[in-house]
Parts: sequence; C-alpha cells; structure tokens
Amino acid sequence: MGTLITGRVGHVVTKGLDTHDLVCDKPSIAGSVSQRACVFCGSRVVLYPIADALHLIHGPIGCASYTWDIRGSLSSGPELHRLSFSTDLKEKQVIFGGEEKLYTALCELIDHYKPAAAFVYSTCIVGVIGDDVQAVCKKVEKEKGITVLPVMSEGFQGTKKDGYKIACDVIAKLVGTGDDLPVQPFSVNILGDYNLAGELWMLSEYYKKMGVQIVASITGDGRVKEIRNAHKASLNIVQCSGSMIYLAKKMKEEYGIPFIKVSYFGIEDVSDALYEVAKFFKSEQLEEKARQIVIKEINQIAPQLAEYKNKLQGKKAALYVGGAFKAISLVKALRMIGMKTVVAGTQTGNAEDYKILREICDEGTIIVDDSNPNELSSFVKQTGADIFIGGVKERPIAFKMGIGFCDHNHERKIALAGYAGMVNFAKEIYETISSPVWQFVKR
Amino acid sequence: METSKYIKKKEQAFTSTRNACKQCSPLGSSLAFKGIKNCIPLIHGSQGCSTYIRRYMISHFREPIDIASSNFSENSTVFGGAQNFNISVDNLIKQYNPEVIAISSTCLSETIGEDVKKMISEYKAVNKGKILPELIFASTPSYAGSHVDGYHEAVFETIKSLSENKESNDIINLFPGILSPEDLRLLKEVFLYYNQSYIMFPDYSDTLDNPSWDEYKKISDGGTSVEALKRTGSSKASIEFGYVFNSSAQTSRIKTQVAYQTAAKYLNEKFEIPTYSTGFPIGIKESDAFFNLLNAITGKETPEKYLLERGRLVDSYIDGHKYLSGKKAFVYGDEDLIIGIISFLSEIGIKTVLCATGGESKILQSALENVLGDRFNSEMIIGSGMDFESMGAHMETYQPDIMIGSSKGVYLSKRHDIPLVRVGFPIHDRIGSQRVKHILYEGTQELFDKITNALLEKRQDDSEIGYQYM
Repeated sequence: MGTLITGRVGHVVTKGLDTHDLVCDKPSIAGSVSQRACVFCGSRVVLYPIADALHLIHGPIGCASYTWDIRGSLSSGPELHRLSFSTDLKEKQVIFGGEEKLYTALCELIDHYKPAAAFVYSTCIVGVIGDDVQAVCKKVEKEKGITVLPVMSEGFQGTKKDGYKIACDVIAKLVGTGDDLPVQPFSVNILGDYNLAGELWMLSEYYKKMGVQIVASITGDGRVKEIRNAHKASLNIVQCSGSMIYLAKKMKEEYGIPFIKVSYFGIEDVSDALYEVAKFFKSEQLEEKARQIVIKEINQIAPQLAEYKNKLQGKKAALYVGGAFKAISLVKALRMIGMKTVVAGTQTGNAEDYKILREICDEGTIIVDDSNPNELSSFVKQTGADIFIGGVKERPIAFKMGIGFCDHNHERKIALAGYAGMVNFAKEIYETISSPVWQFVKR
Repeated sequence: METSKYIKKKEQAFTSTRNACKQCSPLGSSLAFKGIKNCIPLIHGSQGCSTYIRRYMISHFREPIDIASSNFSENSTVFGGAQNFNISVDNLIKQYNPEVIAISSTCLSETIGEDVKKMISEYKAVNKGKILPELIFASTPSYAGSHVDGYHEAVFETIKSLSENKESNDIINLFPGILSPEDLRLLKEVFLYYNQSYIMFPDYSDTLDNPSWDEYKKISDGGTSVEALKRTGSSKASIEFGYVFNSSAQTSRIKTQVAYQTAAKYLNEKFEIPTYSTGFPIGIKESDAFFNLLNAITGKETPEKYLLERGRLVDSYIDGHKYLSGKKAFVYGDEDLIIGIISFLSEIGIKTVLCATGGESKILQSALENVLGDRFNSEMIIGSGMDFESMGAHMETYQPDIMIGSSKGVYLSKRHDIPLVRVGFPIHDRIGSQRVKHILYEGTQELFDKITNALLEKRQDDSEIGYQYM
C-alpha cells in the first residue's frame, strides 16, 4: 500500500491478506491529517447533551467557537447546553493568569442562568499558564451552592478517547449524590446514547413499553438530577461503548451495577438490546413484551426493507466512524439490506472491538484505525465502494470521488437507530446511491 | 460624533463570551494558506485544532480541506515540539509532495514559547542539499485577535518570506481580504476585462470551490503560485481591500510595539511598491472607488460591462426603494465586511441600527465615520468584541427588520422572527456558501435582491391576504 506513511502500516489490515494484529489506541502520527480531534473534544461531546448544566470552556475562543451547538443532541426541556460559553482568554491572562477571569465569568453565568450544575473545561494552555481550575471551581461551588466540576481536558494530553474517560470520571462524581427519584424494580440507565435526531426518545419508548424504567440517560437529553440518582438503577445499558465503558465499569465497582454492551443500529442489534435487558431481569413478562415489540416493529418495516434490499443488493460500502462497536453494527445492518462492507475504519476503536469487527467482515475488507483523507480516498478507489458512511469530514471525500454519502455522525437530522431508523438508513443509502447526479461524474 | 453608542466588551454585562461572533486565529491563517498553489497547511499544536478548523471550514465550503497537525503530546508540551515538527514536515513531503508547507502556531505552541522560525532553519540545515518545499510560518496564537487577524498575518508572512524585487513589471498585486471564492472569481474577471496582469493573493477561488473530480486529488487545484508570490516584490502597484485589517491582534496584545503590517504595506516599505487601500467594494460608492482606483493605476476606463452592471444596479435600487425605505438593519461579522455592507445599506435607505463584530480593533467606529461621512448614523450601536447573546439583548431594544451576517445568527433570527440574509463566513446551514457574491456591482446586485426579497417575503408571509403582486 504505497500511500501509507511510516508508522501507519500496522493500522491497516486487509482481511484474508494480512495476518498482523491491527495497531490501535495510539496517538496520531505527527504530520498526518487525522480525522480525530483532541482530548477536549472527547470530553466535550460526552458532557455536551446534559441540557440543564452550564458548560464553560476555559481558554482562548477557538475551542468554544467550534463546539457551539456542535451535536444534534435534542433536549425535551432546557437547552442551556446549546449555548457556547468561553472565558475567551487574551494575552493578558496568558501572562498573568486566567483564574480571576474564570472566577468572575463563572459567578456571573451561574447567577444569570441558574444551572443545575456547572462544568468547566480546561483547554490546552490552561495547565501551561498555571491556572488552578480545581481551586476556582471549589471556591465557586462553595459560594454559589451548586456543583461545579472541573473537566481537565487539555487537548494535548492524549487522544479523543482519553477525553471520554475524563468526562466519565466527571459524571461519576455526580452519580450517587442524589436520592430523590423513585425507582421501580426494572430500572436501567442508558449510557452512551446522545439523543441525536431524537433517537433516545425512540429507544426509551421501546423500554417503557416493556415496563422498564429509565432512571438516567447519560448523557442524551441528560439532566443533572437524573445522573445524581443513576446509582439507584439495577442495570447499565451501554451503547457507544468507546465513550461510556469507563463509567459503566466505575459504577459496577462502586455501586455493583452490572452492565451490558448493546447497539441500537440495525434490526439484529436493537432487538438484542431489548432481549438482553429482559434476560437480565430474568422476567418472562419482559421477555414476552420485548418479543411483541420486536415482532410488531419488524413486521411493520419488513416490506420496505425487502424493497430496499432488492435495490441495493451487491452494493459496496466504505465506512469510517468514531468507534468500532458502531462499525460492527453497521456491517451487520448493511448486510441485512444486501450490501457489503469493503472498508471499515474508526477513529478510536479498541483491540477487542476490532477483533470482532475483523471476524464479522468479509474477506478482502480493509479495516483501518485512525485514518486520513489520503488513505480513505485510496481505499475507496481500490475497493470501488458505492457509498461512504461517515461524518462531515468524510463527506467531501465521498462526493469528490463521485460516490454517495450517509451521515452517521453528530450532525444527522434523521434518526438512524431503532427499527424506524433502519428504514431511514436504507432509504438514505438508496437515495444517495441512486441519485441521477452521478451520471455527470466519471468514476 | 460623540453621540454614537460605542460598546466595548468590558461594558457588556458578562465577562465570558457567550456564543462568539469570531473564530480563532489559526483558522484565518489556514484559510489564507489554502490560497497558495500546491500548499498543505500545518498547524503546530494539538490534534483538535486542525480537526475542528477542518470541520468548520468543510461545513462552509463543502470541499476536502486537508490541514495537518503536528499532534502535540504531553511530552512535546513539556520538552518542546521540535521533534514533532520535523516528523510532520517529513511526513507531509512524503504524503503530499507540496511546493509549500504553510505553518500556523496555536495558543499552546505559542504559550510554551516554540520558536518555529528556528525549527524551520534547523530543518533546512539538516536537509541541506535536498529540494525542499517552501516553509512559511505565521504566528497565530488564538489569544491575540481573531480569525481575521490570523488571515492577515498569514498573507503578510507569505509575502514577506517569498516576495523578491527583480525586474520591475506591469503587474498589480491584489490583496482582497476574506471574501468568498465567487467574489475572488469576480475580481479576476475584472482584471481580464481591463486586460491588466495581476497577482491576487490569497486566491482560493479554485482550491475551495473545485469542480467535480475524475480522480481524487491530494491537494486541490488552483491557488497563487510560488512563482507569482515571488514576483509580487516587483509589481507596479498593490491594492488591498480593507480599513481595519489585523489591528485587533495588535490591540489585544500587551506588547503593542509588535509591528503589525499588511502585505501591501510591507511591499511598500521594502520595495517601494505604491500601495492603494480601499474598502471592500460593496455598494455603488465603494465599488466606484475600486474602479476609479483601477482606472487611475492603469490609465484605462471602466469597461462597458461594468458600466452596464452599474446602470442595472441603479435601476434596481430605484425599483426596490419603496420596499426598503426606513427599514432597520442589524449587521454583524468581520469588521471590514460589515463596513462595506453598512455603506451599501446607507445607499438604499436602510438604516443600520446595530452593527456588531467579534473583532476588537478599536478603530471600527472611526473607519465607519470615514467611509460613510455624512451618511454615518450617529444613533447606531456599534458593538466591538461582541458576542451573539449580547447582540440578542440589543435586538430587543432596537427591533431591526432584517439581519445580515453569518449563519451563526440564525437562532436570533428565529427567536425574534426577523429574516436573515446570509453573508460572509461561516454559512453552515445553506448550500452555496462558496458562491455567495458580496462585491462589485454584480455582488451588490445579488445582495440587493436578496435583502429586498427577504423583506418582501416576510411581508407576504405575515399578511393574511396572500397578495399575488408585491
């Protein structure tokens, strides 16, 4: 593979051709155009959907500007999370320190917006200029009587994945601090769904129909009070395990709450997500209700899916997403509509998930960790993919190569999870692949 | 003009910035560097900076935007990023084979005191004998100024490091400022009609608005070539658009003795190339000023095409004026852009009641007074270093009829039920951001039609009658 730069070779395997283990969990190579962001980004995206909290970014303006309203995480109530607050540090603070500005900014915002809690994110230079963010948070917490949590997410400290971990540690500080939500016998927390395009609401509906109570959704449509009470749930359901597994493990250690890893993408996986919960509670009643839901939902969408499968049979997809767990679901979901995954890559997948991904992919599929536009474009060319599934940064690669694109990232406006989401997914893929615009493009 | 209400950041109710009306400096420098032919920008700092900036720009331009990062780690933050820098340059040469690697610093690399210029010379020394790409560096800490300042710093540094004074030629340099790719194409066309050779920098008219490709390209076609950039030191004149330029970076610095210059002024000082500064050519008066300037430099007359465009524009002003008179506007964005827009609005009877910018040049008001003369509305609120939440608070008081600015104000437009005409950068919620025309008679015509129609549409939507004729 001539396009790979030194140090990248191990991060790519072609199933059936290469025998080496996929290298992952490494910082990106200097001078690469990685599709990953930084530690701050990891923390920010995880905490962002907590809608009644104040999110103040301590640093110069960029980090706040680029993450203003960045995810389509919907809230059923307050929308404080959609505002972008920054201490907007200037040279003066860089030289003389930014603690005073942080303190004043924080107090004013708390007085004005009366949030349920506040998160203060440290960006790259904060540690370097020596601001004691934790001390400021503690002081304000005492004076204002609300929880103020520092998020020590300096961008250079590692990868986006390290940012997830930091965010989980912060959430863990909230968990167990409340005892004001009544909890029923079949109660769960949903971890790692961010309520993009209202997906969480769809899933909650399934669980509610089964008779399962959701104590806290962490963090989609999130509320501080619910998170404080999350320790009272009997089970943690972890979707997007890359971002939330740390919290699940931590809650298991501290509160003895077991967790299951699920995915809501694709019929197989979403059905499993319902059955697994029923199985966990060892309740025939739950299992029966889950079965009813699954049958009803599948019956409803089966004819439409069959039609799409007919049209999409044999088409080839390249996918590049955040974590490997989602990639696994997508490979399965694509297979269900007759499609083949020819490239499967992720920004921050771990060895365990990559192993499964490799197992379920067909021979010849290229599996890649922490890729970049040069590599991705050459993989698309090499495999003759018909569609790219990814996020905004991958969209122009697809379009410039003259193939369809499906946004499976933060900015999607159409729900892709659950049963209805599966139809939306198939529809979106079909519409982009079959558009008449491609007739004008040489491929 | 003592009566004007000039609001500075510190007079706002909040210490924090709430929904910023600006981006950081390395975004601006990367944008300018995208206007160099066969160039790959590199951001010396953490991974997130380049990724965020790429994503932000891709959402506007809808083009592949490769910007590399030197990927700082904890180690590079403690011991310095020289090693990361060297590996980055090696890897970029290997992957992209570029003619230019254009480096921007970040708040992190600046704060830990990275000496990138020294790294460049050491890299060159170690690789002596090899053919290397040009290595250009712009110092763009995000704590000094905004994206606008980063842009001008990059333009200045590029010209400073590449321009040479050889045999004098008949070329005019043009430094257009932050405009859309379509605007840049309009400018290039002007020089064609004048039959006048020119060097425009940066020229991202193609790099950020490429046609559909047959083959994937690592670096998009287009941009100002190194050869042309070298020749800028021998041109007969330079034209630069703007009044404010990068003065925000200067005012937000503690050491104000740092000499901030524009590229054109540098060429003037270094090679005595005459510099002509004029505003963004938006509206008839500012466009006339540009054409008059060109006529004076070239000794030619305004081509017929532009006289006709001007005539049609005047005609449309007349056709539309009754829909516009007395309307109140709220204009926000980059300082030099909003100066042009406010000047244009004053020509058509729209009163700008509120103008706001994330920039902090401290010269916005005086620049507006100079450009507008007796058209200056002393009642206008001028918000400097202002964020969207503060603008929202002022909107309650001044109740504008129309908003003109980037797409980031869309939530205020929805909240107050006021139409928004999208201009400038970024436009993240519509297609065609790279093709929005702002300048010259043609761009003004497009703006005029959009603004008038937005007001008509609002009137029609609000009316129960459903008029077929408006």
